Amino acid sequence: MLRYTIQRLLFMVPTLLGVAVLVFFMLRVVTGDVVEVKLRGDGGSVSQETIEMERKRLGLDKPLSVQFADWMTGIVTLDLGKSMWTDRPVVEEIGARIELSLQVAVMATIVAIMIAIPLGAVAAVMRDTWIDRVVRIVTIAGLAVPSFWLGMLIMIGLLAAFNWLPPITFTPVYVDPLANLSQLIWPAMAVGYRYAAVVARMVRSSLLEVLQEDYIRTARAKGVFDRLIMTRHALRNALLPAITVIGLEFAFLIGGLVVTEQVFNLNGIGKLFVQSVSRNDFTLIQGMVMLIATIYVLVNLGIDLLYALLDPRIRYH
Amino acid sequence: MSANAATTAIEPTAKDWSSSFVVRFCRRQPLGAASFVAIAVMLFTSIFAEWVAPYDPLAIDFVATLAPPSWSHWFGTDAYGRDILSRIIFGARTALIIGFLSSILGSTLGAVIGATSAYFGGRIDNAIQRGIDILLAFPIIVLALVVVAVMGKGLVFGIDANLVVAIAIPIVPKVARVVRAAALSIRAMPYVDAARAAGYSHSRIIFRHMAPNLVAPYLIMVTAYIAQAILLEASLSFLGLGVSEPTAAWGLMLSGNASDFYREAPWMVIFPGLAISVAVFAFNLFGDALRDWLDPKFKV
Repeated sequence: MLRYTIQRLLFMVPTLLGVAVLVFFMLRVVTGDVVEVKLRGDGGSVSQETIEMERKRLGLDKPLSVQFADWMTGIVTLDLGKSMWTDRPVVEEIGARIELSLQVAVMATIVAIMIAIPLGAVAAVMRDTWIDRVVRIVTIAGLAVPSFWLGMLIMIGLLAAFNWLPPITFTPVYVDPLANLSQLIWPAMAVGYRYAAVVARMVRSSLLEVLQEDYIRTARAKGVFDRLIMTRHALRNALLPAITVIGLEFAFLIGGLVVTEQVFNLNGIGKLFVQSVSRNDFTLIQGMVMLIATIYVLVNLGIDLLYALLDPRIRYH
Repeated sequence: MSANAATTAIEPTAKDWSSSFVVRFCRRQPLGAASFVAIAVMLFTSIFAEWVAPYDPLAIDFVATLAPPSWSHWFGTDAYGRDILSRIIFGARTALIIGFLSSILGSTLGAVIGATSAYFGGRIDNAIQRGIDILLAFPIIVLALVVVAVMGKGLVFGIDANLVVAIAIPIVPKVARVVRAAALSIRAMPYVDAARAAGYSHSRIIFRHMAPNLVAPYLIMVTAYIAQAILLEASLSFLGLGVSEPTAAWGLMLSGNASDFYREAPWMVIFPGLAISVAVFAFNLFGDALRDWLDPKFKV
């Protein structure tokens, strides 16, 4: 198991290096840069000299090879540099916002799992009944409804029902759990719907597959209660593929957060990403891309390890 | 149910074949039929938007700003007094053009890369697959946003070509992965070896011998990703990084000032979002139906 883990950890390195190289060169193809947006963004006239000076200060005048070397040494020494817009270290900019986004992500995951597993299981057991059909429509709708629109509908609903909107300032959960929840549960629901839909579809299809297995028939034949067959024989095995989907969707939640944070006016990672893109803030974009890729790779690693833990057949291969 | 199906399979004469086929299809796949109708309506309205829409989507009317839904404005008006129904109808055109173009672009590129990767195998295949792994490490919207940052805007015939590319790029690795898997089994067919023995060039074998057998997965992927592309376009426009004002686009209608009017004008939010959802829903179902029809075993 330990050897397996180390092996998997080493596999991460080339992928992350590839991401670092790719994002660097992709961004350097761009014609404009942060300085233009920063100094000329509002239509103000700034002399070419000032622009050159600012470029020099940010190191944008150095040859590409030098910039690339700086970026790579930064990666290796875990230094992501400073934001070209605010001059604060990238790590600090991300660190200030990650708590909020991470909490929304975790809450969305909980919401999704709580809805998806029973929903998918019921649909599989009640296959081809009207319940199954309703679940099917609800889950396909989950893939179609944009999370930002769902968020807006939630806001309209809250206004109509309680004449109340969630607070805008972030309160950490350990300071005031109630204020924290009243702010973050709504975006968690907005992104959680799609998440739940994806997972529920997976649970349904993998449960249907497992229910065809010989050992289920054997269990039936020897007279095990249906409920026991479901919980102990079927659901346990059906959950493995579901775990993969839960993990991958968790890694991809940042995609949902990018738009949802905008709706709820949350100052999180998603909003920071959109900001850095519209400002051409290269270092910040690079840093966030690295963060997203790292999360993805780590989640994948986590899934594989969990698989090995849950399914002994994989461990002994 | 099964007895029923058996009788309908035997009885129909040549005359009522088409009607019974339609009826059967609607009965067996009510969702598929509904999605088909929805797509047909969308296509029709977006092609004939000038005639279908009751108002000019760009016409500003300061007398009727934020008017609630009524007989003269079915879906109400926005902060500039523009008719929301007309903007949704013209928005369908934007969504479909960008959706079709970027899905076709992304799927075609992905299919070519996937087929090439499978055909050559070995080191080339390995290198391409590692590159695809890297691209797959990102949520599609993050990838699209990075491309938007790189490319900015570039209008060609009134369509933002760079936006189309930005939406197409995240589709490429996904299609490449699936098409590669399908192409691998074709690569193993004797006629490919025969073509090689006959001395045909690599590109001829890929495009003339292998490609025709990859049409089914390709078509399935194209339709499946139209839905994704429409959703992505709406998200980018919502963020202010996609289609720009005053063009009518669904995501754009929800961005900016729409959020200021939750209380006064919820119709500004409800109808455009409904349009996005219905469109994506319909194309998703249509993709499913197409897959069932073309290749039931194929998994996207």
